[in-house]
Amino acid sequence: MALKLSDYKTDVHNDWCPGCGDFGIVNAIQMALAEMGIERDKAVMFSGIGCSGKTSHFINTYGVHTLHGRVLTFAQGAKIANPELTVVAVGGDGDGLGIGAGHFVAAGRRNVDMTYIIFDNGVYGLTKGQASPTLKLGEKTKSLPSPNTNSNVNPIGLAIASGFTFVARGYSYDVRHLKDLIIQAVRHKGLSFLDVLQPCPTYNDLNTRDWYAGTDLVDEAQKRHSRIYKLEEQGFEPVVHYDSEPEVNEKLSQALIKSLEWGAKIPIGVFYKNPLVSTYTQRLQDKIPNYLENPPAQQNISKNGHSNTDISMILDSLEV
Amino acid sequence: MSFVDFSWLIGGPQGSGIESGANIFSKVCAEMGYQIFGKREFYSNIKGEHSYFTVRVADKKIHSNVNDVTLMAAFDAETIFRHFNEVISGGGIIYDSDLGDTPTDSVHTLDAPFKERLHKELESKNKSFTISGVLEIAKDNGVKLFPVSFKSLLESLSEETENPRLKGLIRMFNVIGVSLSLGLVKMPPDSLQKTIETIFSKKPEIAKINQQTANYSYNYASAKFENFDHTLPGVQKEPGTILIQGFQGTALGKMACGCRLQPYYPITPASDESVYLESNEILEIIDERPGSTAVIQTEDEICAMGMTIGGALTGTRSATCTSGPGFALMTEMLGWAGMNEVPVVITNYQRSGPSTGLPTRHGQDDLLFAVYAGHGDFPKIVYASGDVEESFYDTGNCFNYADVFQVPVIHMMDKFHASSVITCKRFDPQKIIINRGKLLEKVDDGYRRFEFTDDGVSPRSRLGLDNGIFWNTGDESDEFGHISEDPILRVKMMDKRMSRLDLILKNIPVEEQVVSFGVEEYTIISWGSTIGPVRDALDLLKKEGISIGLIQLKLLNPFPGDYVNSLLKNNKTIIDVEANHSGQLGKLFKQNTGRDVDYFILKYTGRAMTSTEVYDSLKKIIQNKANKREILMHGA
Repeated sequence: MALKLSDYKTDVHNDWCPGCGDFGIVNAIQMALAEMGIERDKAVMFSGIGCSGKTSHFINTYGVHTLHGRVLTFAQGAKIANPELTVVAVGGDGDGLGIGAGHFVAAGRRNVDMTYIIFDNGVYGLTKGQASPTLKLGEKTKSLPSPNTNSNVNPIGLAIASGFTFVARGYSYDVRHLKDLIIQAVRHKGLSFLDVLQPCPTYNDLNTRDWYAGTDLVDEAQKRHSRIYKLEEQGFEPVVHYDSEPEVNEKLSQALIKSLEWGAKIPIGVFYKNPLVSTYTQRLQDKIPNYLENPPAQQNISKNGHSNTDISMILDSLEV
Repeated sequence: MSFVDFSWLIGGPQGSGIESGANIFSKVCAEMGYQIFGKREFYSNIKGEHSYFTVRVADKKIHSNVNDVTLMAAFDAETIFRHFNEVISGGGIIYDSDLGDTPTDSVHTLDAPFKERLHKELESKNKSFTISGVLEIAKDNGVKLFPVSFKSLLESLSEETENPRLKGLIRMFNVIGVSLSLGLVKMPPDSLQKTIETIFSKKPEIAKINQQTANYSYNYASAKFENFDHTLPGVQKEPGTILIQGFQGTALGKMACGCRLQPYYPITPASDESVYLESNEILEIIDERPGSTAVIQTEDEICAMGMTIGGALTGTRSATCTSGPGFALMTEMLGWAGMNEVPVVITNYQRSGPSTGLPTRHGQDDLLFAVYAGHGDFPKIVYASGDVEESFYDTGNCFNYADVFQVPVIHMMDKFHASSVITCKRFDPQKIIINRGKLLEKVDDGYRRFEFTDDGVSPRSRLGLDNGIFWNTGDESDEFGHISEDPILRVKMMDKRMSRLDLILKNIPVEEQVVSFGVEEYTIISWGSTIGPVRDALDLLKKEGISIGLIQLKLLNPFPGDYVNSLLKNNKTIIDVEANHSGQLGKLFKQNTGRDVDYFILKYTGRAMTSTEVYDSLKKIIQNKANKREILMHGA
């Protein structure tokens, strides 16, 4: 029986603030899972800590709500042990780019076939609005005692530099577009990253829904225009088509340059996609020829309650 | 009847082949039927600092090193300076006579505090601060000196074999040292040739040069030196004996018991285990297609622990291996594993702390840290192996405990284990029982991962199992695993998890919890690798008609206090022997049995205890001449 969108929803009460951008993301994830028809018990949602950490409880698949900054570590371990799983990890920008930045970079180097979605709102919501790693230097959101003294990190740029092979940005109030991005990200063979701009209505009074909608920007014809625009509508071509250094470098550098665009115009869509980089699974398969056919989680480790691993060759070599 | 008990020491700068020299020596002796207990000591350094290996050879099972060195092979000045005093009367020192009369001041790796102590001794004995100064003392001690010009030896070998390459080949010094030693003790030469052939089986050219050098040096020693009292002619070989390095016990245990994921971050002295696992990543499985262990080098210990938990959630037996500083980083995740009832095994090869401490040296410093690791109350098992042979079987048990009780298990090993080389009975993998507890193969509808059950353990699904969907969270949760802050549910959940501690004490067989070697008027409590020197010391005392009891604690959390009390009964003098400053086992013991420790024998120099030291301290205790805290200091 085909699964419906409602099958991917739990009946857990959602206690996010009214108007929170997170709702759009969780809806988009559920829509994407339904559209792809992914079996509920073959998918795992991993989440970090903070408001976004609760996401895994709202989605009716396996859900693992982990620790602050560490979501990628759990998710990679599960995917390596059982490569059949569809693994999606989610977390806030403080979680992934502050406390978890080391894991973010290392995950890029590994290119495990899974998806990581950052709920990017510029503040630490659940601890009452401190500055998070994507808040710009000198900005002062409403609960900061004084303007932010740190420069911001560029999530798209960091992902590209770290080796993520699919890098995109979505906007939580454009749920349909975000859903499409999630589908592309999950289908991508390798580590995909989605930076989702997600207004925090309670603590971020700068990057609000109205701000993204450009209500403050009025052109000569007295027309407002949204800050958000879609890369694909501008003919931006993010895909690495063949495995050559000039091709890869060109796609990397144009993505990096695009990632710097912020202010009156903010691009969303796919910045970079390289399907030609080997996944971590393939790298393991190169060392262990039957890794995919008999991965750790599938291996039978006993026979009649006893060890079935034959270590006699090793013991022979140790025997005197 | 006289027993063979012979200790050989080889020393030299790190990177000069001390370890491979010791491996050759150990393997030859083991091939000739002797029991071996060897241990490597080294600096946190890649090349140049002093490294040495002590190999004790006996005709019965031994569990430790001793203070006395019977024969030393030194091809640098530093080894002579640091160890001349350990060689016994009637023992010998083989050394490179080309070292001439090197003064202490020209050996830059001799650190100031050591040099000060040495100079003081030389001064008091009116000797020069040179090699001849210390060798005179050795000679006065009754030690026989066997000077050999290593350079000339290589030169004449080079001429004889018409191989000019050999002439300046100083990396042959280790083989020369080993072969001179074996010639001196009249070890049958065939075993030396055979061992070198086996060790270099993949490099026949190198094997040949080594064999020539070995042969030449061996003959040189047997022809030239005659007056050495100690011989190792070989004894009847015990069939089914293996020669094994410390870290291989837990690694082979992991292979055998089905550990199939091991993420790790490099740290001394733990990484050898992971590297060895990866070197043997493809596994033969009886009647089935091959299996494998995915060994993943991570960016830090936090990731290693996270991946281990992630793997365990898929039903894969998963472990990581680390040492104190790495374990410290894992503790937040340890609590998550406890909260979510995830079976993981952390093999903890302890070293000297605190902080970076003595990074390549021994210590049992982390017992209390392991027992109390993590914030909040959650059940965990802390389990310690007494020797390498035990560690193989214990590894299997640790994974069973993790699966059956659904708790994290910390398997305590240490640097003494990791860097020892021993002979023992060939491991029997058929003794490894696999018990996965309530791990489900199939799930019916309405599954609740944290369902309340009579024994407090819920049936366990795994990621990817049909109908087995569950949620995990570090927050307190309901039976499904969804966040709950309900106060009553909180108490029920907390009680459910913590009831595991009683269940563990009730269900793990007592002989796996505690090993009693007998209880006497004086009884020792000890744990981990320290058991080895204690057992050998007790054997020595027994020969003198003195019986001292020994209780080895293997299960350290939850602590089997009642059982230990029942063993000890009343009116015994309790002696706590362990390798740390504060007597950590003693504290746990007091907390859980209500009894005071009467004496502590402690060592925290970073070097493992010798049985000689333990014997001496026990003697003092019996004679009522001991301090409450006996602090051991032996070893360079």
